[in-house]
Amino acid sequence: MAEDNDSGPRSALRRKLLMGLAGLPALAMLPRGAFAAAPATAAINTTKLAVTDSEVTVGILHSVSGTMAISETGAQQAEKLAIEQINAAGGVLGRKIKINQEDGASDWPTFAEKAKKLLVNDKCAAVFGCWTSASRKAVLPVFEQYNGMLYYPTFYEGLEQSKNVIYTGQEATQQILAGLDWVHKEKGGDTFYFIGSDYIWPRTSNKIARKHIENVLKGKVVGEEYYPLGHTQFNSVINKIKLTKPKVIFTDVVGGSNVAFYKQLKAAGIDLSKQTLMTISVTEDEIDGIGGENIAGAYACMKYFQSIENENNKAFVAAFKKMWGEKTVIGDVTQAAYLGPFLWKLTAEKAGSFDVDKIAAASADIEFKGAPEGYVKVDPNHHLWSKTRVGRAKTDGQFEIVYTSPELIRPDPFPKGYQ
Amino acid sequence: MTNPVQALSKSVTVNDSPFMKPMEWLSLLVLAGFVLVVLPVFLDGFRLNLVGKYLTYAFVALGLVICWGYAGILSLGQGVFFGLGGYCMAMYLKLEASSVENTKIQSTPGIPDFMDWNQITALPWFWQPFKSLPLTLILVVAVPVLFALVISAAMFKRRVGGTYFAIITQAIAAILTILIVGQQGYTGGINGITDLRTLNGWDIRTDSAKFALYFVNAGLLIACILAAQYVKRSKLGRILVAMRDKEDRVRFSGYSVAGFKIFAFCLAAAFAAIGGAMFTLQVGFMSPSFVGIVPSIEMVIYAAVGGRLSLFGAVWGTLLVNFAKTSFSESFPDLWLFGLGALFIAVVLAFPNGLAGIWREQIEPRLTRRVKALRPAPVAIPHGTPAE
Amino acid sequence: MFGEYSLGDLGAIFAMQGFAGLILFSVYVLMALGLAIIFGQMGVINMAHGEFMILGAYVTYLCSTFFQANLPALFPLYFFIAMALAFLASGALGMLVEWGLIRFLYKRPLDTLLATWGLSLILQQAYRTVFGAREVGVELPSWLIGSVQVTDTIEVPINGLFVMAVTILITVSVALLIYRSRFGQQIRAVMQNRAMAGAVGIDTERVDRYTFGLGCGIAGVAGSAFTMVGSTGPTSGQLYIVDTFLIVVFGGAASLLGTIASAFSISQTQSTLEFFLSGSMAKVLTLLAVVGILMLRPQGLFTLKVRR
Repeated sequence: MAEDNDSGPRSALRRKLLMGLAGLPALAMLPRGAFAAAPATAAINTTKLAVTDSEVTVGILHSVSGTMAISETGAQQAEKLAIEQINAAGGVLGRKIKINQEDGASDWPTFAEKAKKLLVNDKCAAVFGCWTSASRKAVLPVFEQYNGMLYYPTFYEGLEQSKNVIYTGQEATQQILAGLDWVHKEKGGDTFYFIGSDYIWPRTSNKIARKHIENVLKGKVVGEEYYPLGHTQFNSVINKIKLTKPKVIFTDVVGGSNVAFYKQLKAAGIDLSKQTLMTISVTEDEIDGIGGENIAGAYACMKYFQSIENENNKAFVAAFKKMWGEKTVIGDVTQAAYLGPFLWKLTAEKAGSFDVDKIAAASADIEFKGAPEGYVKVDPNHHLWSKTRVGRAKTDGQFEIVYTSPELIRPDPFPKGYQ
Repeated sequence: MTNPVQALSKSVTVNDSPFMKPMEWLSLLVLAGFVLVVLPVFLDGFRLNLVGKYLTYAFVALGLVICWGYAGILSLGQGVFFGLGGYCMAMYLKLEASSVENTKIQSTPGIPDFMDWNQITALPWFWQPFKSLPLTLILVVAVPVLFALVISAAMFKRRVGGTYFAIITQAIAAILTILIVGQQGYTGGINGITDLRTLNGWDIRTDSAKFALYFVNAGLLIACILAAQYVKRSKLGRILVAMRDKEDRVRFSGYSVAGFKIFAFCLAAAFAAIGGAMFTLQVGFMSPSFVGIVPSIEMVIYAAVGGRLSLFGAVWGTLLVNFAKTSFSESFPDLWLFGLGALFIAVVLAFPNGLAGIWREQIEPRLTRRVKALRPAPVAIPHGTPAE
Repeated sequence: MFGEYSLGDLGAIFAMQGFAGLILFSVYVLMALGLAIIFGQMGVINMAHGEFMILGAYVTYLCSTFFQANLPALFPLYFFIAMALAFLASGALGMLVEWGLIRFLYKRPLDTLLATWGLSLILQQAYRTVFGAREVGVELPSWLIGSVQVTDTIEVPINGLFVMAVTILITVSVALLIYRSRFGQQIRAVMQNRAMAGAVGIDTERVDRYTFGLGCGIAGVAGSAFTMVGSTGPTSGQLYIVDTFLIVVFGGAASLLGTIASAFSISQTQSTLEFFLSGSMAKVLTLLAVVGILMLRPQGLFTLKVRR
């Protein structure tokens, strides 16, 4: 089969030798003439990135160890899956993607340090990674200084925009507003109680939600509480909820606190089939730890659920489970991480170059029709246009999608009137 | 069962030697040569910056040698002082980076971006002093030392000892972390203070600046070692050791035990604060993850690995643990925690005096024997303290 | 804040808030009891206490999956078996640790702190390797879920009551064991004067080992009970360590009664503050108050007068 590649018998032979036998099946999957079409390295790489005639190196930068490893595993797996699929289909600009993975170790300076290593030492053409805002804030100056390209998968608080970052998750307004409108209209939500973990993302998200509730929906926020990360005792706040009787409990509690919160909510007799609860921090991943029976009935506001019915998603879920095991679940961030390599590939092909400046410039209006969440588009502000969905948690840990916004929602990282 | 730490220190206490003995001069020379010449020559800019970051932790370890090794006060909250120093420096740099020009898209230009996001419209009063560089440089040390003074004065005057003190400092580290994370409008919250650019107009992000900062850092570290050495060799140092071993006897001899303990603790805080400020300058941000319990305890292990009684050991220990951490976590992230855990246990059980102990007990005697074997030993030299 | 609510509502809420405080109190006592024995009686600072608790939680998790798969008929009762197994597992590990590590360090309390911190790192990574980095969900038997309707408006969570019952049971057993049994007498004797205790024929090493095992075993039971209210993950144990130590120290390290009193005052302060302030501030103020009081009264609430 390898001889079918008409890039000359000599180079085919050398390549065969270099890659060893393991490389053969992958090579066999290449479409005819993949190498012949590849443009010259000098033309597509003018900034000394790690691009050879057959390979382009990218970085993956997530926490494999430490407290964040729990959350970042899915994102990292999705990125590897995407890269494998791209390679199987012939790579990018005729080049196979080679992964250089680094461990951020849940420690922000380590993220900055490893980002610098990926850019300065390894000359990665793009980096897929980071999960928390703090890690992104830590690496951002590094990417700007050394002109790298970061694809960041997590939904986040917004208030940021950089030439060197493509945000494949939702910023806060995209995630929240349509969901609030829905809960207002369908569930008669006019009084809200906010509970969040005490850090920047919940506080900013709740701030935006409050403005929307008070100014647009003309509702009322009857309580707003923040607990330190890792807090596990929520009985007092549950009593306050009972006292104030809000129509909607709106939560952005994260990590281990989540588990404690829903267990105690259930134990206190707050029945989620009667009390509306909307969360923006629980995906299929989190339900694993919380236990489906503890959270069934809650509404989550995301752009992706594993249960989305479309061909792209079916293929994605099947491929993901095949690669990482039948028991894995796929949450919102995992899907967003999967988009990164594809968006980068499409952008590089549009720009006809791996140069970061050209990628950054060509990113605007890139469309990806094969996304599991459906069609997505990159805005000139480097965030994605995407839909908002509301799902209702079921006992089996999956969501039943009850609402999908009719249109793609424009990303607005610096929302006027919400700051 | 005798306490090996005490046994060792007994041989150290009574000593009428000059400021530094020849062996110590040699150690200093080796360290300075390694840090100032060998590393800059052989490492690229990226790795050198990394070493620079490790060396900022060595300040903390150095402080711990004085306060834990010599004075017997184990603090599990050194991250607090490291963090305070770092935050003081970061506040100055952030104000400089948030000029009206740079922040004109904000609703209130001229204040740090995270304040603007949190609807703060004027610079809070405690940020005001950090507009001035000289004042900042004073506050970098003054704030943590003052804080250390308040904590230690309250506790040592009431004779709160060893384990209690450790637990309370740990709680303080926890409180401060929650506070910084919760007050994000004033502190930058969990993201910390990021995107720092210039120091008095000098761009600290460039490679040349990082190179220069490395040397400033190394120079300061050596200065701190000398200061610590001065304390250690002075009468004060001996009182500290005496106090650690038999506090009551020192008290009955008429010394104010609390006063000496407070001094040792404040000195350690000052070292940690300098380290924190240099950390901010070299890494380019400061975040609450350096204030908490976990980094604080990790810093104790640096001192323990190096040898809790050895100033130079503290630096070597810090470098060694961090090198191991970086290289281990690159290749076997899972194994790293096992390794670190085992290191804690090994250092406590098998090598209570750390690297310095191994050097003193294993390598140095052999070396001296070799040297002696080479030349006929002059009879006059008394062989007094082999353990040193 | 309360102007708009009826008196009945307020009464109900205060009653429920009182229960919330009591539940927090039970949780604190459970957390601190094992540590109070180890730190208070033996002077050992066990930084891996949280990890012993999590071991208990994982044992409970294993039990729940085992019973679900093999003995679904007995599932409603599995929690009792799980608690017993958690006690045995954590206790056995504790004795092993005492034998392999702690016994060399009795003269160096600060070093036990470092060594047990190392141990906690190893245990965390071991949990991660065995059970995965993610939290595991422990399914509860249905009778433990939901709440008891006391009046129309007052509801009390059943698992809270269960935690309270476990706490009372354990506390009474520990008190009896330490103050009424022969073994307890030996523990106290060794604590007060090791050399003399050895001289009158007490096997001090054995007493040390069992005492440490007992403390760890209680931690395991606490962890088992916490699967009802908290999360079970490799690093969950670290969350408890500061609170636990403060409770023990605040109570006056050598006194069980002190630990209980301190858990009571801290939990009531925290739950009251949480009701009137926001969560984070309540936590900060509580911790600050405890640290402040400890600075003024370092010996804690209760002290045992012993001649040393």
